[in-house]
Amino acid sequence: MQERLGKWLLSWPPLAYLVVFFLLPSLIMMFAAFRYPGDYGGLMPLTSEDPATGKLVLDITLDNWRDYLTLESFVRLVDEPLYIELFIKSLWYATLTTLICIAMGYPLAWLIARSPKKYRDLMLLLVILPFWSNFLIRIYAWMILLGPQSALSKAINLVVTAFGHEPVSLLFTPFAVIVCLVYVHLPFMVLPLYANLEKHDMALLDAAQDLGASAWQRFWKITWPLSLPGVYAGAALVFIPALGMFAVPDIIGGTEGIMIGNLIKQQFLETRDWPFGAVLSIMLTGGVLLMAGLAAAVGRGKQKAKQKHG
Amino acid sequence: MAKRQSWWLWAAAALAYVFLYLPLVIVVVYSFNDSKLNAEWVGFTLDWYHKLFNNREMLVAARNSMVIGVVSALAATFFGALAGIAMHRYKLRLLPFLVLTPIAIPEILMGVSLLIFFVLLNVTLGMTSIILAHVAFCIGFVAIVVRARMQGMDNSLVEAARDLGATPWQAFRLVTLPQIMPGILAGGLMAFTLSIDDFVITFFTAGVGSSTLPLQIYSMIKIAVTPEVNAISTLLMVLTLCLIVLVSKVSPGALRAE
Repeated sequence: MQERLGKWLLSWPPLAYLVVFFLLPSLIMMFAAFRYPGDYGGLMPLTSEDPATGKLVLDITLDNWRDYLTLESFVRLVDEPLYIELFIKSLWYATLTTLICIAMGYPLAWLIARSPKKYRDLMLLLVILPFWSNFLIRIYAWMILLGPQSALSKAINLVVTAFGHEPVSLLFTPFAVIVCLVYVHLPFMVLPLYANLEKHDMALLDAAQDLGASAWQRFWKITWPLSLPGVYAGAALVFIPALGMFAVPDIIGGTEGIMIGNLIKQQFLETRDWPFGAVLSIMLTGGVLLMAGLAAAVGRGKQKAKQKHG
Repeated sequence: MAKRQSWWLWAAAALAYVFLYLPLVIVVVYSFNDSKLNAEWVGFTLDWYHKLFNNREMLVAARNSMVIGVVSALAATFFGALAGIAMHRYKLRLLPFLVLTPIAIPEILMGVSLLIFFVLLNVTLGMTSIILAHVAFCIGFVAIVVRARMQGMDNSLVEAARDLGATPWQAFRLVTLPQIMPGILAGGLMAFTLSIDDFVITFFTAGVGSSTLPLQIYSMIKIAVTPEVNAISTLLMVLTLCLIVLVSKVSPGALRAE
């Protein structure tokens, strides 16, 4: 009895809060995708004020729901290839970001995991620290670094003009978006990779070396397969937020570099076509769920295979 | 065990560290640069900081950020600590899902759904809506830290207290709570940091006159790159750094819990 009371007292307050301020808004947004936009943006109301009593009346009934609910916004998404193309482009940006993060994060995580114990915490802290500085500041820093006045821009343009091409601009391009996405998400890749690599049994590598495996073979046959759970976890942690990013392309991407998040922001704040914005958000959620499911399924499959082989 | 690593591995790691820190260092250095352009070093000045402290909008934004940060951190600590304890003690399904999903999904999804929610309920967008939104995404971070602390706790102490006749409430208040207090404190500081730094969710739930520091920075860098932004960025970095040091003093390992 007391046990039940304790459980109830502990879990209800946070549960109630999150149902009201997370679950309910999410469901309302899903539902909004099936509604009509309002005359002045937003949503067409489902209720109206009764002129006689001044009370709110629900206008939608079982007979007339077709006047209030529609698949129009979904049709628009399918009819106009532009939106799907932008989504595919965003998937591509997120994939590229993930791959670069693996390429950059792997050596770093490996090195930290193989360093003497007393340095590990510091090296790890140095990876996490930039993540805790304000997100906008990190984007802004790249505005300076990639700006036309920067040493990097000047150096690149020196080379480019030497080969007889027009000078290029780095800022407000897809290139800037990818660089910044990698920068913002790199710690998310290093942490799970490190957690995995740290647990590896070094005796395996020594044994392989004794048996004549080259450094390359030891990596591809032992370290890499064992580290895959860490790679998948890191990939999910990078890919998911990168896919939904709107601030990076908004600030640093120009017109060429926009992603699906920019379109969602535009629908909600500028065009104010909420039903279509909701449809786009559902598409983004779908992409996120797909990726999360994929990472979980691959992880589980590997585990099963491991159990089978003893 | 400490085998020598090949030089290229060191080079790759060093490059990664340079990649992580160079941008931030440049922001800090140029905040003291006596030039309007973030291009080359001209000379030392504190002008940009001076300008900053005379910028009324910035000061209002800083005050808003502080109020929002403190209130949401307090509320999120309360809800998050309860959730963390509950998730450790009982096998729950819905609560862990609701606690962890807001952390896992792109922030923009939470931002737009809360925007619709507040507008449909006729809640005026402003400080209140921002705080309600911040609490919702901070609960998860506090819960994770507190749960990790609970997992590291020796359960036999609570059992001993119960055997010696303590009521569940007494056992909780006198044994469990003091033990997990560092976790709760660390979670609260983390929530404060996240709230102060949040841009995306704030962007969608803010209204007229409720600008925060990140929103102010956003509107400044959308117009032009000015060293004033470097100055506010440097100050924010120092503040965050202090908070991080505080968190790691209070509860080592909390930062890595996520």
